[in-house]
Amino acid sequence: MATVPMDVAKVARCRVIAAEIASDVQRYIDRHTTVGVERTILRAYGADGLDDQGVPLVNIAVDRYREAGLLGRGIAFFLGRALLGGAGSVQDAAERLAFASELDGGEDGPGPDEINEALRSQTDAALARIDRARDEREAMKSRIPPGPTPLKYVIVATGNIYDDAVQAKAAAHAGADIVAVIRATAQSLLDYVPHGATTEGYGGTFATQENFAIIRRALDEAGERHGRYVMQTNYSSGLCMAEIAWMGAVERLDMLLNDAMYGILFRDINMCRTFVDQYVSRRLIARSGIVINTGEDNYLTTADAVEKAHTVLASQFINEAFALRAGLKEGQMGLGHAYEIDPWLEDSFLLEIAQAQLVRQIFDRHPIKWMPPTKHKTGDIFFAHVHDAMFDLVGITTKQSIELLGMFTEAIQNPLLMDRYLALKATRYVFGACRHLGDEINFKPDGIVARRAIHVLEEALGLLEEVRRDSIWDAIGRGAFADVKRTRTGGRGYAGVVERTVHYVNPLLAALESPAPASRT
Amino acid sequence: MEGERGAGCLSFPCYETRMPPILPHGTRRAYGDRDGDGMLQLSFTLELPPSGRAREAAKRFAEAHGLTEPIVATMEECAEGFSFFVVYGRSGHEVDVSSIDVPEVHAEALSREEIEHRIVTRLGRKIVIVGACTGSDAHTVGIDAILNYKGYAGDNGLESYKGFEVHNLGAQVENEQLAMRARALSADAILVSQVITQRNCHKENGRALVEKLERDGWRREVILLFGGPRVDHAMALELGFDAGFGTGTKPSDVARFLVDRMCEPR
Repeated sequence: MATVPMDVAKVARCRVIAAEIASDVQRYIDRHTTVGVERTILRAYGADGLDDQGVPLVNIAVDRYREAGLLGRGIAFFLGRALLGGAGSVQDAAERLAFASELDGGEDGPGPDEINEALRSQTDAALARIDRARDEREAMKSRIPPGPTPLKYVIVATGNIYDDAVQAKAAAHAGADIVAVIRATAQSLLDYVPHGATTEGYGGTFATQENFAIIRRALDEAGERHGRYVMQTNYSSGLCMAEIAWMGAVERLDMLLNDAMYGILFRDINMCRTFVDQYVSRRLIARSGIVINTGEDNYLTTADAVEKAHTVLASQFINEAFALRAGLKEGQMGLGHAYEIDPWLEDSFLLEIAQAQLVRQIFDRHPIKWMPPTKHKTGDIFFAHVHDAMFDLVGITTKQSIELLGMFTEAIQNPLLMDRYLALKATRYVFGACRHLGDEINFKPDGIVARRAIHVLEEALGLLEEVRRDSIWDAIGRGAFADVKRTRTGGRGYAGVVERTVHYVNPLLAALESPAPASRT
Repeated sequence: MEGERGAGCLSFPCYETRMPPILPHGTRRAYGDRDGDGMLQLSFTLELPPSGRAREAAKRFAEAHGLTEPIVATMEECAEGFSFFVVYGRSGHEVDVSSIDVPEVHAEALSREEIEHRIVTRLGRKIVIVGACTGSDAHTVGIDAILNYKGYAGDNGLESYKGFEVHNLGAQVENEQLAMRARALSADAILVSQVITQRNCHKENGRALVEKLERDGWRREVILLFGGPRVDHAMALELGFDAGFGTGTKPSDVARFLVDRMCEPR
């Protein structure tokens, strides 16, 4: 068995420190909400639609109460009062919040207890929608099981959701187990979720609830046809993390890109905003049974993959700690890492295998997500194809759970139909030819691979200790992750963070935070 | 087959009769293993399931592209109803390189460290850059790829350099606003990104900015760069910019150009 030495005490130590780091942030999270969180609550209760300018109703309602300085009570507070005040439905109540001539100042009238009571049936209905999708997924997976691990994950990104559906089915036909529809460029910076089926997008396709449903249908058809459940992925990231998590949960997505720190580092989204949003998004995800994919692979695209390998591991511990605080099970944590070392560096393959095996051993119950080379890809597609094959070899040998396939046209374009086909074909070959290689070989106890694994774990522990000492807020400020520096009040979306009042009302979040009913554990 | 070496299923009749190996001076054909043979490899997908008819269709498709004696080396079903082809063939086309004149952005090939070093030692302060997508253009993909930390294709953005102070104003910025901000920030360089090219609006937007800066009397005090998928250096020069950067431009290309212009040896 190709294992690397792993000091169990050090791993335990890393977990303890990561827990302390996350608990520090959790105290902040529990005292705040955001416009994104509150919009999610309105959507979950059933508010939908746009105004004549195309602005989502949930944005209008939430922004109105934020601007009035009232959002700290929770939008559910006002929604409940509108219902008690005679609104015929949640939609009607939300429209009153958005458009009624008078704003509800929150004085007098029903208090939190009455409101919780008034929203009880809606809260149950919102939870039931998530549970229904989860049950459907489980039933379907037991009828037509997914393919073997490493699950082969490919992306489609045409900009037109109907073309995406064609490409998604083609990918399933060629052997893909997971299909992600890449989002339109910079959607993560939009502080609203676009509406309806979309046919124009640059660099990808907008994540909308209707688009989710279209791809779901296409993949279910492909799944039935090939007798293999094909999973759907999208992005719960950016300024609408929680809203997209809700949409993904009810439209039965199987995975969501969701990271506690990615938006801060790579999209310059404010850290307070991201920490609060990731928590609520993960509460929804925990209930839905969706598997998250974290984004540590990105660290190595901006920082050196040899020097900064330990930052990936440290961040995985932190992402795990945050996920546990949001109720996720280990089996839902697709922690990310990547094959990004300079391929021309001597023994680079050995360093890659050391890291991949180390991560596999430390996170042994987690569906680890293994990402392909991107940084050192050029327009030389022939070399890139070889490069990807070496990456596949590490993936199968170290038994990664989810593998995003490398594309030889990575540096050129979003993948063409034939690019994806050739990637799937090559991966099928490597996975098949080396299926049990990892069980057959041993690494030298004092060899390059073993020594590298020991070194990376030690460095990760050191970094975690530093982050705990400085707090994660300051650690990010000095560039501890991905060499990117962000400040506590800088970045996008800070204005959308609101301190909760003592009477904050959010029955749905409270239900998600309470222990799950016995049938769901 | 007797006498065939290393070519697998690819066999070509003797080509000397059709392809003169000696081309006029200054002209070029694709080079396979002999001067002037014009050998090309081509791969593509057709919406046809694999069949004899599909193979013939691929052959004719290659012929329509000017390939003679095409050999369909691979035909595989890559999706339901689609076939993937690899075709080899000979192109009779040639190019006269002596008649080609392309204005190119000239900048010294400097490493990241050299760029940083030159800014520190030759300029002694940061280079201030203001960038935006102007007019109605909401596509920040280009400007973000060049300016934001993450960069593009593994090449980190200008934000990642210590020697640049970057202000990315984002999308849908009007020329007036861009000029005002750039002036207030004492910008050394302004980067304009234009992705949308309907009715040549990118050219109009670009030209309008140049004219505005000229009217305001500080066009010569700033380096103006134009970027976008339909932009090339010649077009940017024509519009009155100092340089144009098209598809495939990496942040380091822009960095090198700026250092080249800003950091003369002392």
